[in-house]
Order: sequence, then C-alpha cells, then structure tokens
Amino acid sequence: MSRTQQAIAASNGRALIGYLPAGYPDQQGCVDACIALAEGGFTAIELGLPYSDPSLDGPVIQAATQGTLDRGFRIEEAFETIAEVTRRTSIPVLVMTYWNPVLRWGVDRFAARLAEVGGAGLITPDLVPENGTDWIAAADHHDLDRIFLAAPSSSDARLDVVLQASRGFVYTVSTMGTTGARGEMDSAARTLADRLETRRTALGIDLPRCVGLGISTGAQVADVLGYAEGAITGSALVAALRDGGQERLRERVADLAAGTLVQSH
Amino acid sequence: MNLRDVRGPEFGEYGGIHMPEPLMAAIDELAVAYEEARQDPAFGEELARLGREYTGRPSLLTEAKRLSASVGGARILLKREDLNHTGSHKINNVLGQALLAQRLGKTRLVAETGAGQHGVATATAAALFGMECTIYMGEVDTERQALNVARMRLLGAEVVPVTTGARTLKDAINEGMRDWVRTVDTSHYLMGTVAGPHPYPVMVRDFHAQIGEEARAQMLEQVGRLPDAVLACVGGGSNAMGIFHAFLDDADVRLIGLEAAGDGADTERHAVTIGRGTPGVLHGSRSYMLQDADGQTRDSHSISAGLDYPGVGPEHAWLHDIGRAEYEPVSDAEAMDAFRELTRLEGIMPAIESAHAVAGAMRLARELGPDAVLLVSLSGRGDKDVATAGQWFDVIDEGATQS
Ligand SMILES: Cc1ncc(COP(=O)(O)O)c(C=O)c1O
Repeated sequence: MSRTQQAIAASNGRALIGYLPAGYPDQQGCVDACIALAEGGFTAIELGLPYSDPSLDGPVIQAATQGTLDRGFRIEEAFETIAEVTRRTSIPVLVMTYWNPVLRWGVDRFAARLAEVGGAGLITPDLVPENGTDWIAAADHHDLDRIFLAAPSSSDARLDVVLQASRGFVYTVSTMGTTGARGEMDSAARTLADRLETRRTALGIDLPRCVGLGISTGAQVADVLGYAEGAITGSALVAALRDGGQERLRERVADLAAGTLVQSH
Repeated sequence: MNLRDVRGPEFGEYGGIHMPEPLMAAIDELAVAYEEARQDPAFGEELARLGREYTGRPSLLTEAKRLSASVGGARILLKREDLNHTGSHKINNVLGQALLAQRLGKTRLVAETGAGQHGVATATAAALFGMECTIYMGEVDTERQALNVARMRLLGAEVVPVTTGARTLKDAINEGMRDWVRTVDTSHYLMGTVAGPHPYPVMVRDFHAQIGEEARAQMLEQVGRLPDAVLACVGGGSNAMGIFHAFLDDADVRLIGLEAAGDGADTERHAVTIGRGTPGVLHGSRSYMLQDADGQTRDSHSISAGLDYPGVGPEHAWLHDIGRAEYEPVSDAEAMDAFRELTRLEGIMPAIESAHAVAGAMRLARELGPDAVLLVSLSGRGDKDVATAGQWFDVIDEGATQS
C-alpha cells in the first residue's frame, strides 16, 4: 500500500509536497532541510537527484544541482540522506530523478537500494509509462510508488496511461514550462486537474492529483488546494536555502504550510 | 529486409522516444506530420526545388589528386557539401524541417548549435520563410565560433549563449528543450543532427540522404565503380548518415565514421562516443554516450565545436553493433594536420569537423595503397575556423606561414 497516498489521505486531501535537491547545500544541510519540512507540516518530500542534463529544471534548481555536482556529489549520498530522514521522521521521501542515472545503476538495483533505505518511490520527469515496463515491475516488487507526469498537453488517452501506471499520486504539471517560481498560476493547472478528475472517475482509479511547477507562495498553495489534493513546491524552498540558509527555509516552510489551512473560495 | 528500409522508432535496441510527458504530444504530432509530408509529392518537389535553386544541389564530387599522391596514391573523392549555400550539409535538413514546420502552422524555429553551422542554416531558413528564430549555443562555442554568431544575428536570429553545464552543444540542446516546452504551440524544435527522439533521427537522415544518393551516382559516372570505403566525421552523425544511407546495402563498401578524439582516445579529453561510451538515454533517445557510473553525462572535448558532443545518433549505435559501420578516433592534432594538407594541396579549406574525415581517409589511403578508392564527406567549409586554425598553427608550427 502506498505510504504517500496514505499521507495525502491523512492531510484530508490538502497535501503539501516539498522539493529539495539532494546534497544541497551540503549533505548535512540537506538532511536538516528535510527535517524542517517534516516538522513544518509538509506531507511528503521530493528529493531531487542532481543530474548533468536537467531538461525540465529552471535556473534556481539548475544552479543548486550543478554546484552540488561540481563538488563531487554521488547518488549514494542521497540514499544516506533518505536513510537518516526516514529514521528521524515518518515523512515519506520520494526521489525525483531523470531516468538515465537509474538506467545506469540498473533499474532493479536502484529500486532495491531505495527500498532498503526507506524511500517511498520515484518521481520520473522524463520517463513516460510506455518506457517504464522494467521500472513498473521493480516498483511492484519493492513496494515503491511510481509517480508519472500528466501535462496540459497530454491527450485523454495519455492521461489514462499515466493514471493506470501511477501509484502514490499523479504529478499534475501546472504549466507548459520548467521549474521556477511564477507570479501567477496558469489556468491550465485547473483545467488539467479537472480533466484528470473526469478520467479517474471513468477508470475507477482512486489516485490523488498533486499540482506542481511554479508554486511559490502560501496563497498559491491555498488556491491549488481548492481544486486538487496536493500542491508541490520547489524553487521557492531552494531559493530560501540559497539566500538565507535553514532559518530562511523555516520561514518559507511556515508561509507555504499556512496555505494548507486557508480554505480558498 | 534491407538496412536502408529501417525507419525507427527503434534501431535495434537504440532510439525510441524518451521524452518528458509535456513534449509527447508535440513529438507525436511531428511524427504524423512528417509521415504525411513524406508521402505528399508536392512536399518532395518543393524540397527538391529549394535544393536546386537555393542550396545549389547536386553538390560536386571532386577528386583530390594532389592529396592522393601525398598519401600513396589511393584515389580520394570529396563530396562537396562545403559548397552548399551557408557552407555545410546542415542546410539540407534545415530546409526540410522548416517546410514541415510551416505545414504544422508554426511561426518560430528553435534550435541548438555547436559549430554554428546548423544555427546559421536555421537562421537562413527563418529569413527565407519569414519565421522567427532563436538559437541556443554554448558559451564556449560562441567564443570559438564568433563569426557564426555574427552571421546568425545579421540574419535576424536571436542567439542565446548557454552558460550551464559544460557550456557546449549538449547544454545548448537542454536549453533549446526548455524553450520548446514553453513555446510548443508556436515553435518547431529544429534538431540539427540524427539524435533526439523519433522521428528526428530518421527524418534528419532522410533529409540528408541525397548526399549519398548523389555521391553514389557520381561515383559510378565519374569513377566507374563504387568506393571501397565511405568516410565521414561523426558528431551527432547527420552528415555521416546522409552519405552512408545510400550505401548501407552495398555490402562491399566499408562505412567508416570518424569520432573526435580531442587530446587522444586514451586520454580523458575526447568525444569518442561509440568507441569509449556505453549505452544510455540522452536527449530523447537511447544510444551510446559518455557517462560516469552514476549515469551523469561526461563532458566531451574536441577542437571542433561541431563534434564536441557526448552523444551520438541511435542509427550509428545500431550500425556499429551489427558490424555494418566502423568507428575510429581522430585526434585534434591529426585533424589539424589534415586541415593543413587539404588546404595546401587542393586549395580546399575544410571545416575542422570535416578535417576529421579527411584525416581518416589519409590514414586509410596509406593502409590500403594505390588501388583503393575512397569517398569522403566534406561536410563543411573552414571559413568559420580560420581563427582557431590560425591560433593552432601559430602555436604548433611556427613555420607554417612561410613554407
Ligand atoms: C561542417 C560540419 N560537419 C559536421 C558536423 C557534425 O554534425 P553531424 O555529425 O551531425 O554531421 C557539424 C556540426 O556542427 C558541422 O558544422
């Protein structure tokens, strides 16, 4: 059974998921940041693996992950971080990774190590379900969540494929673009969330929709939670860490988490 | 089945469509539109007309007699893509994709470029068709190919220097993809080589296949037989696939791709993707790539911006594995020697990319002796490389200007 989905259910469908880059600002700083999210009321953590060719990341996350790679980051460090965070808190930790590192490790070996350290599953931005047969099998075998993306441009047929392949939640891409704070949320997010609602009802699939890309304020979180079960935020957290360390991060966490308490109308 | 008839999405275990979900709809749309265009005689006719009246096709086949004599007498024939409008083979693919973009109702072209030749060709097509154009180019490449940056800007394109990663071609592709995901409604991503997700590898190869078709006919007419070997440089692999394709089912013709070996294939600074790489997924398709044990892409190195790429098109990976094509390294020093030889002996100054193919041909000529006949893809001209070559020869060979 999906721990992530249980955690989203326990939030009463008002989940808040935070992206943090593994190894940033350093190994211990990343653990501290994860703990700050867990203590600050976040529902789950999306731990991003720094990757040499992050084609869906905007400038803030790129700068953080590139610096991390430049200091010699290895993927094993992320597993150690997950082990420590899951030992100290009960928050589900999902790994967000581009696909080639998993392929290089070997899909089953990677999944086994993730399960061993207590990771909850994978978010795979550049893997579509059609190419994910090995991963879907490995996720089943190791009881891991597999979170695929649904995009505003996805046809209904593709939404069905994504809904049927996902476990945990569906990553509902808010806008056609890359990661990064945006002043205003796109109406595309709401339209996509509504389409996913129609499709999951038609298919009889009970899977939460968490909206990500561009969410950077508590007000935006409140807005998204008016029509979806979860909000995902990333660049705003990374920018806070970059500009003001753990202290600024905790302030940002509190601001964002406040958005889960406000009922938007 | 003929090797020539393989059309993807997979080439053996390589190729495929490995894209983020937001771009899947655009890729599907492109694949469908390309199949329709391919079967529409009007599309083919328009492209052929542009080839004749704009690019200057067919390109010449020139015998390099003084070069032959200097390497033991094997006949060396140069397929002169350097004479095309804009100075390289890249225009063949660009005109095809720009026409297709128009069919799709797109008004803007987005592309990456390494040496700048693909960017210049794309900016040229945008001017010709009245489209907007944005070109992403690694900052390292904007410096070593500054002339082409100026050309693109004069043609009306926006050139964006990319400062992330290694600041070369692979990072320019990443930035181009980020642009495309934002602008996909109005923009076509004009991939400059036979890499990327299906349909790019097969589509780009098709648009370049005329290189090999012309050359095969010209060989039969001018020499009276097919060559013993066809040689081409391989960055992503488009000029090589273009000239190889017509010969794929001529089992007696060796197909040899030359990869850029930078400081040397046995050093850490090279771009020998097939020779030294391992299979992985990069930029939308599965192929050989340079990567570390965590699957992070390794930086490539070559004096030639157009070959400085840690990936390669999937059809090449497949041709390598089935043994139909061979891939050999050529170092910076060997390529620059060939650049000088061809310039001095034939009065033809090649692009440094193409000089890698010339170096491979010179090596093979010495090995095979005077009975051999070699066909070389001279993919581009060297105007853009005058500054690099000037620097190289001043440093390496003080006497170069006097001899
Ligand atoms: C003249 C020339 N030849 C070759 C290449 C390498 O590309 P490809 O391997 O796709 O032919 C380039 C790329 O910029 C080029 O400008």
